Amino acid sequence: MLDLIDLEKYYARGTVDETHLFKDFNLTVPDGQFLAIIGSNGSGKTSLLNAICGDIPIDGGSIILDGVDITKQKNFERYASTGRVFQDPAAGTCPSMTILENLSIAENKGKPYNLGRGVSHNRVDYYRSLLEPLGLGLENKLNAKVESLSGGQRQALALLVSTMVPLKLLILDEHTAALDPKTQQITMDLTNQLVEEKDLTTVMVTHNLRHALKYGDRLIMLHEGDIILDKEGAEKEALVLEDIINMFNEISIEYGN
Amino acid sequence: MNAILGALETGLIYGIMALGVYITYRILDFPDLTVDGSFPLGGAISASLLLAGFNPILVLLISFIAGCLAGIVTGIIHVKLKVRNLIAGIIVMTGLYTINLRIAGRSNLPLRLDTSTIFRNNFLFEMIPDTLVPYLPLIVIVFLSLGAKFILDWYLGTRSGYLLRAVGDNDLLVTVLAKDKGTVKIIGLAIANGLVAFAGSIFVQRYRAFDISLGVGTVVIGLASVIVGLAIARKIPLIKVTSAVIIGSILYRMCLALAIRAGLPASDMKLITALLLLVILVISSERIKKAKPEVSPGRIKKAVPGA
Repeated sequence: MLDLIDLEKYYARGTVDETHLFKDFNLTVPDGQFLAIIGSNGSGKTSLLNAICGDIPIDGGSIILDGVDITKQKNFERYASTGRVFQDPAAGTCPSMTILENLSIAENKGKPYNLGRGVSHNRVDYYRSLLEPLGLGLENKLNAKVESLSGGQRQALALLVSTMVPLKLLILDEHTAALDPKTQQITMDLTNQLVEEKDLTTVMVTHNLRHALKYGDRLIMLHEGDIILDKEGAEKEALVLEDIINMFNEISIEYGN
Repeated sequence: MNAILGALETGLIYGIMALGVYITYRILDFPDLTVDGSFPLGGAISASLLLAGFNPILVLLISFIAGCLAGIVTGIIHVKLKVRNLIAGIIVMTGLYTINLRIAGRSNLPLRLDTSTIFRNNFLFEMIPDTLVPYLPLIVIVFLSLGAKFILDWYLGTRSGYLLRAVGDNDLLVTVLAKDKGTVKIIGLAIANGLVAFAGSIFVQRYRAFDISLGVGTVVIGLASVIVGLAIARKIPLIKVTSAVIIGSILYRMCLALAIRAGLPASDMKLITALLLLVILVISSERIKKAKPEVSPGRIKKAVPGA
C-alpha cells in the first residue's frame, strides 16, 4: 500500500515565479490497486511520480510504502522495492547489452552485484518462457543487442525486466506515449496482464484517456496539484470518454485557454 | 628489427594503459584526464620502491592500488562534490604532478645498474634459456598485458562488470536497479586508473628511469589507441574490443616509430602524438559524437529525473 500524507511541493520557492504545486496532498493506493492518473500538462502527474520515487525533493509531508516511511530514502534505495517503466523506450534497458544480459542484470535486482558470472546459462530456458508469450520473437534472439530492437520491442522488454523481481509498487510513466497506436495497444495489454498476474500495486500516468478508462480499477484526474476527479470500481466503469473530455474543456475555459 | 621490437613492447605497455582509458572513455562515457597523472604515479612509486629494494611484483601491485586511489579521488570529486567530469580529472592530474615529484624526490630518477625489476632478476635469468634473453622483456610484457586483458574481460562479464557497463550506457537503469550510480562510476574510475598506474610501473621497470614528464600526453595516446581499437573491432566481428584496443596501441606505436624513422627528431614526439590522434579522429567518425550507435530515431528526449 502506498500512502502520501500531506505532501507539499513548491517550484522556484521564494521567487516571483513560485508555484505551490502540492498543498496538503493526500493519496492512498491500496494493495493490488491499478491506479490510472490523467491530467493536463503542468497538473503535477510527473511531479507526483518523481516525488514517490525520490527523483525530486519534496517540501513537506511523508511517503509511506507498505508501512515503511521512505520519505528520507534516496531514489536508488526506494527502487529496491519499486519498478518503473519510462516514456522513453530506451530508458528501461541497456542498448549495448544483449537481451540475455539485460534480463540477467534485471533479475539480480535486490541481490549483490558481485563477482559472480553476469549470465547464468541455466536461466536461459526460463527467460525464453518469459519472452515467448510476448509474441515478438525475442526468445529467438537472446544474444541480439537491445539497440537493434524497435521501440515497441524495447518497451515490452522494459516492462518485463522491471517486473522480474517482487515489487511493492510499479510506476508506469506515460510508458506508451512514444509508441504507435497498434504497439500502444499491445503494450497496454501486456501491462494489464503482468499487473493482474503478479497482483501489482500500480500507478500509471497516461495521456491516453481511452487507456485510462479501459485499464485499471481506479482513475484520478489531477489539476494544478489537486485531485479533481477520483472514481473507482463501478463508478469508474460508468465513466465515458465524453465526461473526461468535458472536464478537460471546463478546466481550459476556467483558465482562459 | 629493434625498432619494431621496441614499438611492440611500448605498444603493449601502453595497451594496458589504453584498457584503462577504454573503461573511462568508452564504458563510463567519462573523459578522464586523471591518467596523465596516474601513469607517472605508477612510475614514481615504482622507481622509488625498486631503489629501496622492494620486490618488483609487489611494486606492480602497489602501483595498481595507488592508481585506484587516484581514480577514487577523481570519482569522489565528480560524484560527491558534483564537479564536472573533465574538471575533476584536471584537478587530480594537476595535484598528482606534485605528489609524483614528492614520491620520486626529484624530476628524474633513474634506477641503479643493480636494481632488480620484473625484467631483470635472478629468478627469470635462471628460468629462461640464453637464446631467449633478448626477447625476455617482450615475453614478460606480453604475459602482463594479456593477463590484464583477460582479467578485465572476466570482470566485465561479472555482475559487478555488468553494472559498470550499464552505468555508461544508461545510468537511469542502474538507479532503477536500486544501485547508486555514483558508486559504480567511482569503482570504474578506480579500476581504470589502477590499470594506468600499473602500465606506468611496467614502463619504468622496463626503461629503468622515472621522469616527471612521463605522463604528458598519456590521455592522447590512450584515446588514439581506443579509437583505433574500436575501428578494428567494427571491421573484425569476432574480436574482443579489449584485444582490439591493445592492437590499436601497438599500431599507434608503430606509426610513431615510422615517423621517427622518417627522420623526425625524437623531441617532436609529443607533437606527432597529438597530430596522429587528430588524423585518427578525422578518419574515424568520432569527432563530434562518439561512435556509440544511434538510438532508435523515434527516441524522445526527455529531462531525465534524478540524472
